[in-house]
Amino acid sequence: MAYDASTMTVQAWRRDNGRVGVRNHVIILPVDDISNAACEAVANNVKGTMALPHAYGRLQFGEDLDLHFRTMIGTGANPNVAAVVVIGIEPEWTKVITDGIAKTGKPVMGFSIEQKGDFETIRAASWQAKEYVHWASELQKEECPLTDLWVSTKCGESDTTTGLSSCPTVGNMYDKLIPNGLYGCFGETSEITGAEHICEKRGATPEASAKFMKIFQAYQDDVIFAHQTDDLSDSQPTKGNILGGLTTIEEKALGNLEKIGRDCTYIDALEPAEAPEKGRGLYFMDTSSAAAECVTLMAAAGYVVHTFPTGQGNVVGNPIVPVIKISGNPRTLRTMSEHIDVDVTGVLTREMTIDQAGDSLIDMIRRTSNGRLTAAEALGHREFVMTKLYRSA
Amino acid sequence: MAVPQLLVHDAKDNVGVVVVEGLSAGTDMLCVVTHDNSDFRLTSGDDIPIGHKVALKDLNEGDTVIKYGEDIGKMVGSASKGGHVHTHNCKTKRW
Repeated sequence: MAYDASTMTVQAWRRDNGRVGVRNHVIILPVDDISNAACEAVANNVKGTMALPHAYGRLQFGEDLDLHFRTMIGTGANPNVAAVVVIGIEPEWTKVITDGIAKTGKPVMGFSIEQKGDFETIRAASWQAKEYVHWASELQKEECPLTDLWVSTKCGESDTTTGLSSCPTVGNMYDKLIPNGLYGCFGETSEITGAEHICEKRGATPEASAKFMKIFQAYQDDVIFAHQTDDLSDSQPTKGNILGGLTTIEEKALGNLEKIGRDCTYIDALEPAEAPEKGRGLYFMDTSSAAAECVTLMAAAGYVVHTFPTGQGNVVGNPIVPVIKISGNPRTLRTMSEHIDVDVTGVLTREMTIDQAGDSLIDMIRRTSNGRLTAAEALGHREFVMTKLYRSA
Repeated sequence: MAVPQLLVHDAKDNVGVVVVEGLSAGTDMLCVVTHDNSDFRLTSGDDIPIGHKVALKDLNEGDTVIKYGEDIGKMVGSASKGGHVHTHNCKTKRW
């Protein structure tokens, strides 16, 4: 099957700011950990909404607080979200988040709990959430170019089969779609260790390469060497990676980088959850390699579909972004196929080429954007995990 | 084409990856280099799990292990041609 990516379309929601969303969620977003209960109560009252509980948002400061706000605002601003109810313990930080989301033009309303209590807050927020659900459920999809999508990637529970099959499948998809205008994103700063010299060369400009190397070196200095135990090999590769046959971080990193294809270059290196601002193309983002944290950050940057190669079988999902799982490991397909959307085991048996595998992933991106639920969505995987830079005050 | 037991990324590599379950010692493996689709045969020296690496030549302590045509670490033990290469005999040079 041959694809002309430049003419492929999907049925999706075009938002007021011009961005394309492939889901139409009404979310109930807690500013902080102690507002989770009120958000979950609202989501229980009003069907068709979803609460996004998380663990943080109190007494954070500086760069860590900036990242918290950026992640909250970016999540609400994501084109897969139609409307947002925000609930916080107090009004000021709540307003920071509602104001940030409102810049997209989408409906958003904030509620705070102090001086009212959970009952009154839940009552008022439920009325608002119900209005949003009626409104959002009548929004119509329209035909949009496939390459108007923003598609991110991160692999998990990697093994040697990911470097042979599922990661190059994503790379082939990017090689075909990025030149036609897709926004792409890869990250996992720690898991580029051992292949940083190769990643450096894939910058589209000397500035992009230098920015990547600065982020990479800061991670080495501030995180790895500052907290080093006698041998980092004890956590990288992970125990799951080692069971799957990966021996060293270099081997893991080289497989990881297969996700950016043979030809793609990144045009900028982003802070965690930072929205890309240099136009269409591939971006690197400074992220943890922990699956839920990384996908949450990329979703907060505005990416609407995530492609996730796995070897040993990572089961991660995200509340607002469909996470498409790709695996080429026949044992994983035999033992946990309910988690896998795209089976590329044929690459290992030489019955499928990487080119064909890439086409099958593009087709799954198209079907997912048109409404097919991913395995993670069908199984209720909604991991929403904030990245924390340091201890709260 | 028959289904291979071992895939090798690059002609420069000195290890390959087992891609079938239940590989036992003494198997006459069909090995394919994915980069150029060339193939060769090699006899496995151990029972080796799927995803794990096999030495394509005799590797001794201190030798650099090459995969994807790149340095992925060093041997800290030895492996005979066809033998298992993993954390028991291979380690990053970094830490």
